[in-house]
Amino acid sequence: MSHDHSLNPETMPQEPEKATLEGKNKFFGLWFFLGGETVLFASFFGTFLALRNSTANGPTGDEIFGLELVFIMTMLLLTSSLTSVYAMYHMKNNDFKKMQLWLAVTAFLGIGFLGCEIYEFYHYITDFGFTFRSSAFGSAFYTLVGFHGGHVVFGLSWLIALLVRNAKRGLNLYNAPKFNTFSLYWHFIDVVWVFIFTVVYLMGKVG
Amino acid sequence: MKGWMGKIKTLSLLSFLAVVLAGCGKENLTALVPKGYGAETSMDLIILSTAIMTFVFVVVFVVYLIAIIRFRKKKGQEDYIPKQVEGSKKLETVWTIIPIILVLILAVPTVAATFDLADESGKKDGINIDVTGNQYWWHFSYPNEEIQTSQDLYIPTGEKVFLNMKSTDVIHSFWVPSISGKMDVNPENENTMYIEAYEEGVYWGKCAELCGPSHSLMDFKVIAVSPEEYEQWVKDMQSVDPKAEPQDAVAQDGKAAFEENNCMACHAIGSSPAAVGPNLTNFGDRSRIAGFLEPTKENLVKWLQDPESIKPGNKMTGNYPKLSEEESDSIAEYLLQLKPSDITPESAGE
Amino acid sequence: MSTATAQKRGFGAVLWDYLTTVDHKKIAHLYLFGGGFFFILGGLEALLIRIQLIKPENDFLSAGLYNEMITMHGTTMIFLAAMPLLLALMNAIMPLQIGARDVAFPFLNALGFWLFMLGGLLLNLSWIMGDAPDSGWTAYTPLATESPGHGLDYYVLGLQISGAGTLMGGINFLATIVTMRAPGMTYMRMPLFTWTTFVTSTLILFAFPALTVGLFLLMFDRMFDSAFFDVTLGGNSIIWQHLFWIFGHPEVYILILPVFGIFSEVFATFSKKRLFGYTAMVFATMLIAFLGFMVWAHHMFTVGLGPVANSIFAVATMAIAVPTGIKIFNWLATMWGGNITVSTAMLYALGFIPSFTIGGMTGVMLASSVADYQYHDSYFVVAHFHYVIVGGTVFGILAGLHYWWPKMFGRVLNETLGKITFWLFFFGFHLTFFIQHFLGLMGMPRRYWVFLKDQDLDLGNLISSLGALLMGVGGILFLINIIYTAAKGEKASADPFDGRTLEWAVSSPPPYYNFKQLPLVRGLDSLWIEKREGNGKLKPAEPLGDVHMPNGSILPFIMSVGFTIAGVGFIYQPDNRTWLLAVFIGMGIALGSMLIRSLKDDHGYYISKEELEKEAD
Repeated sequence: MSHDHSLNPETMPQEPEKATLEGKNKFFGLWFFLGGETVLFASFFGTFLALRNSTANGPTGDEIFGLELVFIMTMLLLTSSLTSVYAMYHMKNNDFKKMQLWLAVTAFLGIGFLGCEIYEFYHYITDFGFTFRSSAFGSAFYTLVGFHGGHVVFGLSWLIALLVRNAKRGLNLYNAPKFNTFSLYWHFIDVVWVFIFTVVYLMGKVG
Repeated sequence: MKGWMGKIKTLSLLSFLAVVLAGCGKENLTALVPKGYGAETSMDLIILSTAIMTFVFVVVFVVYLIAIIRFRKKKGQEDYIPKQVEGSKKLETVWTIIPIILVLILAVPTVAATFDLADESGKKDGINIDVTGNQYWWHFSYPNEEIQTSQDLYIPTGEKVFLNMKSTDVIHSFWVPSISGKMDVNPENENTMYIEAYEEGVYWGKCAELCGPSHSLMDFKVIAVSPEEYEQWVKDMQSVDPKAEPQDAVAQDGKAAFEENNCMACHAIGSSPAAVGPNLTNFGDRSRIAGFLEPTKENLVKWLQDPESIKPGNKMTGNYPKLSEEESDSIAEYLLQLKPSDITPESAGE
Repeated sequence: MSTATAQKRGFGAVLWDYLTTVDHKKIAHLYLFGGGFFFILGGLEALLIRIQLIKPENDFLSAGLYNEMITMHGTTMIFLAAMPLLLALMNAIMPLQIGARDVAFPFLNALGFWLFMLGGLLLNLSWIMGDAPDSGWTAYTPLATESPGHGLDYYVLGLQISGAGTLMGGINFLATIVTMRAPGMTYMRMPLFTWTTFVTSTLILFAFPALTVGLFLLMFDRMFDSAFFDVTLGGNSIIWQHLFWIFGHPEVYILILPVFGIFSEVFATFSKKRLFGYTAMVFATMLIAFLGFMVWAHHMFTVGLGPVANSIFAVATMAIAVPTGIKIFNWLATMWGGNITVSTAMLYALGFIPSFTIGGMTGVMLASSVADYQYHDSYFVVAHFHYVIVGGTVFGILAGLHYWWPKMFGRVLNETLGKITFWLFFFGFHLTFFIQHFLGLMGMPRRYWVFLKDQDLDLGNLISSLGALLMGVGGILFLINIIYTAAKGEKASADPFDGRTLEWAVSSPPPYYNFKQLPLVRGLDSLWIEKREGNGKLKPAEPLGDVHMPNGSILPFIMSVGFTIAGVGFIYQPDNRTWLLAVFIGMGIALGSMLIRSLKDDHGYYISKEELEKEAD
């Protein structure tokens, strides 16, 4: 069949992720999806803002948040966003090995972030008795931050599945859009975290 | 087809006539005959908006009819291809500008009225009543006068009465259509509104926010009496002695049974603010039993025997000892004799 | 593959075909029958409600059952009937109208349908389990958090699953319209139905996540003891109302905008005239959608938000009247000077104008906040939204079905039966709902299980109930028409109504690849242009070549089944933790199918040029 050229790494065009209709569809589709995700997180933020002082005599944000840990988490996630940009740069230039390498670094940083977050929650629960059920503030905090964490988990599973599946196949027009959409998604998670850092932690500590 | 289409037309015409004959609904319930400040303010806007909208509808309908009649396909012109008009700047501007003007005509008085009905100056010196919504009954507390009552809300005519409303369980909505529009009664915050009745009367009140199985039975009454009568009622209510022994033997048995069965755990008589169940201070004066039944002894006994069959999902069912027929009868007698005041729904004209 | 050949195959083969299909035309059939099934269910619930209210203090239904009935009627009609029926028409027609061979994500399209269908069935499973949701379709907290039993849990999970399906549909249509328009099909040459599909999809995309969040909070409060709506722990039940209406108001436009598109096509076709003021129509649609997000609190005038908020939302709401008015007048102007054929589809369009105008008028009246203090939560509101949703959406769906039935099934619906149905439905509808405006103002709040004697509400309710029966008869006649047409209906040509847009250029029903060669679009109403200025045939934009097609897959169905099993597990796990097993198994099935989907390459297949040449035109 003459259609197999799309799978041949030798004849890859520049920007392979947008070379096919499927690739373009995925690109737009993911952007639209992120539009919906924006409303999703906006709703969680709205709920959190409405309830952030409803501590019902339980712990307040000011009492429990430690900015050092959160700062480290922020750095980990921001850096992972940057490394995914490197990966996409190499993908556009058809350098599969380097792309894999940078994506692996991204995954590593993401796992680091997740580890910190699990520790953070554990710390709040054991040291402050601050749980999902403590107060409306507790419910709103764990739901907002937890949904973000859930997105990180999903993103990592997605990334690892992509890395393992394509390890031996190299880059082609069929899988290039998949890497590209993952990277867009990962940036989005990063942006949401920046807002969480500001609205939940900074405002909780200072405001 | 034409024949029975005609029949449908006659049928709908007949039903339309019937509606006109039925009029504007029951007096002191309907919002269409306003008898208070809020209801009147709303009614003014209802009339204004209906007038504007009827005008729009007539214009649309006339153009519509002409279009259908004039441009319906005619014999011999089956293949006629009309001119393919793209649009008309002039026309389209006209039907953009005119609606904007019409909307503005409605918007300005709407905003003015919204602020007017939220203006609570005079609240400090006026009559304040705390309204509490419960599944499925209403409690009214007069904090300055230190009066507690339930289900029947007494107010003086011709005066703004300020309501501070909160719910103990789910969201309810306080609606007395003839006097005022509604306001939700929320569990987390106190909502305030004022009502003013122009004339004496017993006005029907309804819960307007779905609150459970007996939502439709959560009726109450607003009893508007003259300011003098209101003063009298307040005095009467203040001087109630909750411990007073009733006159006749049956009622005395009833009081004893009331106490034995620990009814006071939920129901207060007098000005104690405990309000798990309706306050019974002036129960004998109530215009209804359970909010909607005729105030007869028979109905009260029925309620005491099996409240679930009357108000499904009420909080009394199962929370008191089973009463014997005799006990129910005597308790009913006792409660119906709790008539501390001469100012009753009858004085307001019921 | 036409239905004729389908009938010759065994039932098992047809079933398998529909379970695995990713073809937008077959998914449209699925949406139509799924939505139709739920429409019948919701209609029966409506009839039971009206029987209960036929006389004062009736005891036909118990109080609890009545509340379940109104909740399920509303939820079913909005989420499981009206929206899927619109999605059926969008799926069937929109790709054809832009000259595409399918949608952008055929797999996702199938997944969206199965999630909707199984979510809807999960919600209705509550009837069988004896525990239907009972807090109204709006499920206001804390009534919804405190509602005993599992009814509300079914509501949460059923809507969560079917909502996810709808969201996928929205994203899919957006990507399709952005990337897959035929050469020459610029945005301002798109038929209005495609435009409204596009704008509606945007609304779905931005509105549904707010409901998703609301449902999560409700689920957490009910199942995991969180405190979002629990006042004693600092929660706030008004948050639910905000989230619900931030979704809920755009939802109303999700229901009405596609119908505006349908009517725009119908008016133009049956007046034999180009749509008047096309550009204004497009921008009015966008403006309505945009304003639709700014007005949610007009559902909350009596919540106690204060005069400032109430005034802002009142004025913003009134502003929507302007673009809506533009549309009404543009439709009238389209008819003006035309050559009008009153077919059944056109009859629905003609019935729509006065009915919807009344609904729009009462909408403006409701926007006047102080007047709304009286209307709110009374039968006036019930009358208003039924005028909009029945007089607008349902009339529109029926118009669309009569108009596009030939394109979807290859047969023309019977016109005589269609017209009788229309008149029954039309009179039944006005008889049922017009009087309700007055009932509301006469002091009848909505969601009342009984109304008391001696309140002068008896006659109005009786008339309303009789009207509902008439609508029921109309509905049955429509079903008879469908069966009659399937058995004996007239075979449809490619273009039975002298249409204007691309879908009428392909056979009825279209071949599974839609277009042998992608068409070249030379203007608005492209087929009309070719009929008047060319030879009536579309000019091809590409030489005849191999056509790429996606493979069918059973995975969307399995994935949806997995989510549904997990849903049942979630519902019952607070009673008994062993139900968590169902959650794990269900999620395992769903995530496992996702993994298979992403690990297994699926390149689709090609129809060769030679095969295409063999097919007749």
